[in-house]
Amino acid sequence: MGLATAYLSLIVLLPLAALVWKSQKAGRSGFWQAVSDPQAVSALKLTLGISVVVCLVNAVMGTVIAWILVRDRFFGQGLVNAIIDLPFALPTIVAGLTLLALYGRNGPVGVNVAFSRTAVLLALLFVTLPFVIRTVQPVLLELDREMEEAAASLGASPLATFRHIVFPNLFPAILSGVALAFARAIGEFGSVVLISGNLPFKTEVASVFIFGRIESGDAAGAAAVSVVILLISFAVLLAIGALRRWTTRHDRA
Amino acid sequence: MPKWALRLAGLSYLGVLLAAPVGLVFWRTFEHGVGPAWDSVTTPAAKHAFVVTVLIAAIAVPANTIFGVVCAIAIVRRRFIGKGIVNALVDLPLALSPVVVGLAFLLLYGRQGWFGSWFTDHGIQVVFALPGMVLVTIFVSLPFVVREVVPVLREIGTEQEQAASTLGASPFQTFARVTLPAIRWAVAYGVVLTTARALGEFGAVSVISGHIVGKTETMTLHVEERFQSFDYVGAYAASVVLALLAIATLLAMNLFRPNEATR
Repeated sequence: MGLATAYLSLIVLLPLAALVWKSQKAGRSGFWQAVSDPQAVSALKLTLGISVVVCLVNAVMGTVIAWILVRDRFFGQGLVNAIIDLPFALPTIVAGLTLLALYGRNGPVGVNVAFSRTAVLLALLFVTLPFVIRTVQPVLLELDREMEEAAASLGASPLATFRHIVFPNLFPAILSGVALAFARAIGEFGSVVLISGNLPFKTEVASVFIFGRIESGDAAGAAAVSVVILLISFAVLLAIGALRRWTTRHDRA
Repeated sequence: MPKWALRLAGLSYLGVLLAAPVGLVFWRTFEHGVGPAWDSVTTPAAKHAFVVTVLIAAIAVPANTIFGVVCAIAIVRRRFIGKGIVNALVDLPLALSPVVVGLAFLLLYGRQGWFGSWFTDHGIQVVFALPGMVLVTIFVSLPFVVREVVPVLREIGTEQEQAASTLGASPFQTFARVTLPAIRWAVAYGVVLTTARALGEFGAVSVISGHIVGKTETMTLHVEERFQSFDYVGAYAASVVLALLAIATLLAMNLFRPNEATR
């Protein structure tokens, strides 16, 4: 369809083409120089490292929360279920501000994590909270409980039942939730910018580094690191697509 | 692990990460009564930021809704070359850093950009002005309607549409009388998500807007600007306005959410 393709080209493709073009304008050596700048490398490393931690925490806590929402019954469950999506709806800058209000310098609990890597982690955990929960929850709802009951009646411990029956069924969903969280964490900006203090080599993530380069007028350097982020995002999207095809094939079999 | 331990772990995680911080901002805003909070969200700068935000959403949301429906129909019902690429491009805004989006538009429409000089020559300012902010907002909120409508279109199939056209309905009539009623809840859900994203966008508009107070400042930029000027009540109060909008979004989401049970 012409209209859709034209709109997509104009809104998505053309700006990204300009970005890639700018990053390559200084030649391959210029691109490598910009990407291998120590501050850029440090920002990229921090971003990737913290994103991996974010994925691990989400894999565990997301599954636990999905579990208590589906299999448990407690007072206020409906409300808890409703607020899970709040990080999707809340603007990221507000997310950062709320965390800073509680865990910043003048916070009421006496915990101060502002301008530390813990703060970056906290902000990323906040914005990625819904992904694993919302991918695992529907699978858990559909999961046939007879299998678990059969395992239990054959003498399997709850842990063994979880490991051999429940977990293999949830695994693809956990993985796609984690991939979505990873993609989000790699590019996050708004929630991190206030609470991290943006200290180069310490708490500066890739998006903040790019922002700094734009502000200081180094568009080529900003474009080079942006292309790296763009490639990572694209790879994650392809992985999610492959994962989806793999799981739907699993369903049909 | 016993049930209560899981419940305790999950709920404390949510409490520490989500409920307590958001709750505290509400409390901090109204700590000294409603008066100061109200005063700080009704300053000229705050009011202007609100108008700019609503204006951007009022352009971006209808544009993406029309595109979303057309694009979803193209993806599900048509065969064309490059469909895989279209599919991937639609998802890209979900995964791409907003700062990178802002930079891409800056490089395209900025002073030295490909289109920059043409627009400058014709007296249209895109960068550091409303057009640029609208464009980046369209970019970041593009996938939602498409992604909600595609599965529904797949599920309803083409039989009813074929029946309508066999009975002599024009393509437009078929769309308006058969397809649109079938996808309307998915469209509504997509519109809610698009609106939330458009109202809350920060990184991309931060890059492209130039932060001109009283001119190109949106609500989210206003929150940051107030905070950086040490006006915490102003920042918290503007945040509460945005948080209330987010809560309204949640309510609308629960209203329109595709019902898993009936699938």
